Amino acid sequence: MTTVNEPYVLNIGPQHPSTHGVFRLRVVMDGEVIRDLDMIVGYLHRSMEKLAEERTYTQNIPFTDRADYLAAMSNNLGVCLAVERLAGVEVPERASYLRVIFAELQRIASHAMANGTLVSDAGAWQTPLLYMFREREKILDLFEMTCGARLTTNYMRIGGVAFDPPPEFWSALQELLDEMPTRIDEYASLVVDSEIFLARTRNVGVISAADAINGSLVGPALRGSGVPWDLRKAEPYCVYDRMNFEVPVGRHGDVYDRFMVRLEETRQSVEIIKQAVAQIPDGPHKTDIPLALRPPPGEVYGRVEGPRGELGFYVVSDGTPAPYRFHIRAPSLINLSLLREMAVGVSLPDAVVALGSLDIVVGDIDR
Amino acid sequence: MSAEAPRPATPMARQILEHRSLLSRARALPGEARFVLAVLTLGALVTGAGIGFLVVTGQLDGRWYDIRDLGNATAHFRDWTQRQGIDSSVPYLVTGLLGGIGILSLVGGWLVIGVWAERRLIAKFQIRQGPNRVGPFGLLQPLADAVKLLQKEVLIPIGADKLLFFLPPILIFIPAMLGWGPVPWAPKMSYADLNVGVVYTIAISSLGVLAVFLAGWSSNNHYALLGAMRTVAMMVSYEIPISISLLAVVLFTGSLQLSDIVAWQAQHYIWMIVLLPFGAFTFLFASTAEINRTPNDIGEAESEIVAGFHTEYSGMKAGLFLAVELGNALLVGAMMSTFFLGGYSLFGLEEWVPGYLIMGAKTFLVYFGFVWLRATLPRFRLDQLMAFAWKFLIPLSIIQLLFVAVESMLIVQSGLPGIVTIGGSVIINAGLTVIGVRAWANAIGYSPKEMASPPIMTNGVGGLRAAEQIRAAS
Repeated sequence: MTTVNEPYVLNIGPQHPSTHGVFRLRVVMDGEVIRDLDMIVGYLHRSMEKLAEERTYTQNIPFTDRADYLAAMSNNLGVCLAVERLAGVEVPERASYLRVIFAELQRIASHAMANGTLVSDAGAWQTPLLYMFREREKILDLFEMTCGARLTTNYMRIGGVAFDPPPEFWSALQELLDEMPTRIDEYASLVVDSEIFLARTRNVGVISAADAINGSLVGPALRGSGVPWDLRKAEPYCVYDRMNFEVPVGRHGDVYDRFMVRLEETRQSVEIIKQAVAQIPDGPHKTDIPLALRPPPGEVYGRVEGPRGELGFYVVSDGTPAPYRFHIRAPSLINLSLLREMAVGVSLPDAVVALGSLDIVVGDIDR
Repeated sequence: MSAEAPRPATPMARQILEHRSLLSRARALPGEARFVLAVLTLGALVTGAGIGFLVVTGQLDGRWYDIRDLGNATAHFRDWTQRQGIDSSVPYLVTGLLGGIGILSLVGGWLVIGVWAERRLIAKFQIRQGPNRVGPFGLLQPLADAVKLLQKEVLIPIGADKLLFFLPPILIFIPAMLGWGPVPWAPKMSYADLNVGVVYTIAISSLGVLAVFLAGWSSNNHYALLGAMRTVAMMVSYEIPISISLLAVVLFTGSLQLSDIVAWQAQHYIWMIVLLPFGAFTFLFASTAEINRTPNDIGEAESEIVAGFHTEYSGMKAGLFLAVELGNALLVGAMMSTFFLGGYSLFGLEEWVPGYLIMGAKTFLVYFGFVWLRATLPRFRLDQLMAFAWKFLIPLSIIQLLFVAVESMLIVQSGLPGIVTIGGSVIINAGLTVIGVRAWANAIGYSPKEMASPPIMTNGVGGLRAAEQIRAAS
């Protein structure tokens, strides 16, 4: 007797536990094996780039909170750096240090979320996720203390930051920094040596260094493939050139390497914040800029190393208070384009884990 | 957050702050009520001590009301009806009905406790609070959940096969209940002490998969079909290691009757888990695969196929699937305690404590283990599970069975004292487990610990060439 295998189409999403938002995968499956895959995005499109052309530069900062809603601080930082370069605004030194502190806190919070959901995708019933949420919660408390918001912070301003942190912020931050290394060890002890987790993530979703560069992969996904490319080292902004830290890179380029790279980056972020707290000078936290900032005509591409990778803002000014063109180079969207290479030909659980390791945020994809 | 500046209370936070614990409510009672409570507590203690005295001095032995052995009551009832000259079918009918109702209500009650315990325990594992709103310690939460599920509309998908879609929630309930039949709760106390109890157990446990496959097939949903296919594949694979490990137990005890297996363990003062560590592991691991629990819950893997075979079920039908899943976990706990943890025996303590209490405690101990696993471990992939069953569990179980065959013959026929033969078997089987597992893992080239490598830390910056240099240097 001969059996005929008939491929069938499976819609994963837009409502599915492991798509991390409203994002849809149309998968052609042969039994458990994925034969073809389409990524369908746009369910969360809010037309940010077009709306930005109608608003002043300062009014555009809150939009970036909503683009990558898990890393609002980094997004704020990116757009502020771009516009400052375009308009030639000087930033006080204290503001630069504050920016570094908050961007790195945001990186820890975002990586905790990314790694937690990755382990959940691998099937752990949310225990590592909730452990990682414990410290994320403290970081969000710090944000709330400083700027009143937890997720959509809207904290950075062109020429500095909106507020100087209150006095109790520093003691709370110190407390967090003191306990953070042991907490990271705790997360690591939950999963790093777990044989099941290793079996699920080792040699799954492998991307070679050459493929990663060809596919414009950025961030922990790129470094997981072994390419030592971190904008904080390659093109230091703010005061990263004064900080002493290392960049973790993976050995194989698989899901496990991406997980470990994120875990190590969290440790490095703690070190960076410690140095920044030790070095931070007194002084103003913001330079005054005109209410309707009119940068000279021209264009700029400002980029920062966000938690998900290189986050670029391409801003064109025509001399009016509103940008002529405002484009966000979203790391999630570009990283997602490599899912096809990882997922076709493997079984469904592997594809889910590979998708989780890319750490997409749908707000960032669709904008 | 500093202590001087507390966060503004949200409604939820205020509710939690104002929530008064049972102890504080008791402290707030007026003096008279506290006096009455104290007298009642003292009375309960005195009564308990009195019962304990009667039990220890042996004044209750053999009476029908001996609380340690409900089986006695049945025997006395049968004797009484025989003395009265009533037809012998009547006591069988009456005790059968009573026992059936007893098992149903016992399992039903345990389901309620099990849901609560699982949610509460997992919350504690996950540094959360868990359900604590409905009733004291949230104990009534399962009832609230059930009421909520009953109120919900039961949807039938347009493309579904209506009859086949209707049947599975009922069909899956039957084997889950039948499985409790031969469980020995105490000496002489089991609903149906079959002389082929082991065979019956294995047969019944593989019936549930039919309902699962019907559910998956009739739902007209790819997720459900995938989940059903995974479950069937897993059942087919894991029936074999379960059967082989139970066969080893049967070789030692020389009986297929569950009460005899427990009696053998009680008589020799040894639990099967000591005698057969690998068999116990095989049984437990394969059972997690059979009942769809972590780390083998691939049949309803949430992050992959949503809810597996019961994706399309809603309302109380989904509730029935969930209840059966939990009931199966408790059933496996009872089977595990019967086969490997000494059942109702506890090294002589069963003389004083009712056997069914010991049995229940052991069942919930195993269930706690399942909850612990669920809160801790990630999930295997389907092909890894299959490979684990066929390449690892089955060959090693067969090797163990060969050894056990020789050992059991020695125990029975050598004439040596039990401490020598059984003690020797314990040592041999433990050594076999350690050496066999390691050797077999090496033979099939499985060494995951070596795969765990931390990332390389670097200060360099660059592209492909830098990547190659770093990799070459490390």
